[in-house]
Amino acid sequence: MSVSVKRTFAVFVEDKPGVLNRVASLFRRRSYNIDSLNVGATHEPGVSRMTIVCDADTDKARRIEANLYKMVNVLWVDDITHKQTIDRVLALIKVNCDRDQRDEILKICEVYRARAIDMSPDRITIEITGPRDKVEGLVSVLRPFGIMELVQTGTVAMTRGVEKHDLAHPTVPASRNDAA
Amino acid sequence: MTPANPKLKNRIGESLSGSRIIWEALVREGVEVCFGYPGGAIMPAYDAMIDYPIHHVLTRHEQGASHMADGYARASGQVGVCIATSGPGATNLITGIATAMLDSIPIVCITGQVPSALIGSDAFQETDITGCTIPVTKHNYLVTKPEQIAPTIREAFYVARSGRPGPVLVDITKDAQQQSCVFEWHDDEIVLPGYRPDYAPLAEQIEEAVALIKDAKRPILFAGHGIIKSQASDVFTEFVEKTNIPVASTLLGLGGFPATHPLNLGMMGMHGETWVNKAIQDADLIIAVGMRFDDRVTGNLKTYAQNAKKIHIELDPAEINKNVHVDVPIVGDAQAVLEELLPHVDKGDRQDWLTYIHELKGDSAVRDIKNLPDLGKLFAAHVIHDLYRFTEGKALVVTDVGQHQMWEAQYYKHDYPRKLLTSGGLGTMGFALPAAIGAKFAQPGDSVWVICGDGGFQMTQAELSVCAQEGIKVNVAIINNGFLGMVRQWQEFFFGGRYVATPLLSPDFVKIAEAHGLTGIRVEKRSEVEEAVRKAEATEGTVLIDFRVEQEDAVYPMVPAGANLHDMIERPNPGAHKHNPIFETGEDEQ
Repeated sequence: MSVSVKRTFAVFVEDKPGVLNRVASLFRRRSYNIDSLNVGATHEPGVSRMTIVCDADTDKARRIEANLYKMVNVLWVDDITHKQTIDRVLALIKVNCDRDQRDEILKICEVYRARAIDMSPDRITIEITGPRDKVEGLVSVLRPFGIMELVQTGTVAMTRGVEKHDLAHPTVPASRNDAA
Repeated sequence: MTPANPKLKNRIGESLSGSRIIWEALVREGVEVCFGYPGGAIMPAYDAMIDYPIHHVLTRHEQGASHMADGYARASGQVGVCIATSGPGATNLITGIATAMLDSIPIVCITGQVPSALIGSDAFQETDITGCTIPVTKHNYLVTKPEQIAPTIREAFYVARSGRPGPVLVDITKDAQQQSCVFEWHDDEIVLPGYRPDYAPLAEQIEEAVALIKDAKRPILFAGHGIIKSQASDVFTEFVEKTNIPVASTLLGLGGFPATHPLNLGMMGMHGETWVNKAIQDADLIIAVGMRFDDRVTGNLKTYAQNAKKIHIELDPAEINKNVHVDVPIVGDAQAVLEELLPHVDKGDRQDWLTYIHELKGDSAVRDIKNLPDLGKLFAAHVIHDLYRFTEGKALVVTDVGQHQMWEAQYYKHDYPRKLLTSGGLGTMGFALPAAIGAKFAQPGDSVWVICGDGGFQMTQAELSVCAQEGIKVNVAIINNGFLGMVRQWQEFFFGGRYVATPLLSPDFVKIAEAHGLTGIRVEKRSEVEEAVRKAEATEGTVLIDFRVEQEDAVYPMVPAGANLHDMIERPNPGAHKHNPIFETGEDEQ
């Protein structure tokens, strides 16, 4: 048995009402705990892309993939966990900030390549985009100032290079080939 | 109902109401009978039905309708159809839908929905039935426009019957039924971009499997439901006879391979015979065909068949390595895979292995209650064994869930596929009577027998009215022991004999039959069994037999839930267990 690791799936689905519900229902029903889920449009009309992050070992990952493939509205599933990928999270962080703390906070933002996007006499709002660990790093550094509000997206991920998903001729699930 | 219009007119290109399009589509999908219950949101569809050559069976509860569609599908191999209104009508279908889902049965459920403008307003009899049934359907659809009806129903039938079959629900709003559009029907192949149900076996997996089979000294074949579904019985039998590998069946696999074949060991699992389970534990190769290693089959996974390499032939990739880790998965249709394997496997001489399994049987024949005198009592095992003998093993038997279901699996030997229908995966009490009604419509020439308990029968007993109204004949054998027998057995074995909520007071079932205008017979002695069975077979119309069997009888052998497959509670030895009511001696002993 392999160990459970954070897995990232790129899931291409038909852009139809209720598809998110079906996918979420599958994860709930099979007790696959979702870490984060992000849905959005793709360049193909009628096709949405989900990025789903969850804990799973190799066997479970294959079953997740196979179960996703069984759904009529799911076009293509790619387990990109071990591929070269770009992963991004966007966070907005509102921090307590007196006049004399401003310089220090702005310097921290520079280190993390974050931007201040709003300011009032006693608070500052920061936007950061990056891999989840970078965002978590910024949050922990800002915490001592007093975080008043924090919102972040789920991970969106894409493989590097030109690996193209041919949605017109989707492949079969990898699990059929694997004895594991 | 006599169809007013026995031949379907060609209405393609005409403007038709959504209601008519529903029936146009169903007739074109080959539907001849459907099971349902009308109500507000589906009334336009019912009103249009009269013009179409489809026989509608009015059930007494929508659960009956989904079980009947299920029974029809199991007995025929075709898609079963049920129909209900919105809200409670639709939710009442759900138990039957889940039953079909767990056993991979193709049914299409048509439900009415409140007008699309009212959706989400908590309108009268509104339920989000597509939301409710996502986890228990293969797929479902909400249709709000008449022009979507025909393509959606066509797609629903395709999804239901292709690949690993399953239930599909089509929810149609009342306004979509009432509005009209130009009716179009396309006969071309359906291509769904995200749905690719058919897998062909890969050459290297076939090679690996052949190599494993060649090297195996103690191989065993598992016959699952997939053999029946893919009509693989003949090629499976050929495979067995060529390789000389003994066969163990799952509950739903019974009948896929002849029970009386010398290489058939019998059913495996929780109530499988001891030698079957022991042979599995001692095997060095398992070739599982069309089954999914359910927990009732494996027992404790940690100790399950540890010495065996495993080949898993299965159509659904999501079943591979789900419960049991396998060495060679072959994803594909059972029939196609076996046909590919057959030319490559060697003729086998398994004399040592077969002799070993034969020795495992030990004194089980002596312990088998079928072979013991009845001592003047009526045992369920005797009733079912006699039923098997007097129907010459040819009946189409539909069982409910519980002790009688297991006794049926042990003592009614099924040599033909689709002659045992039972709720295996979900274990739905109340399944038998309505499923048998559906089966009778699918196989009107068959002698259909319901075998059920006094508990399960009362769950859907109202469907007896359907037998009376439709004038159809099924025979009902109630194995009446005055308890919810299987739960009572667990209480006896695992809960200190505290019979909480299992003693069951039932009505006089003979009078119940008579109140429906049907025939009722009571049997209290074994000597009366034959006459009752023969009378039931000879009588026109449905006959119900109330078999008053021993109350505290238990199903043996038994692997307790989660226990090791080889740790069975065996049948008591008649010599050593004189205290057991089954074997106590009495003056009435012959």
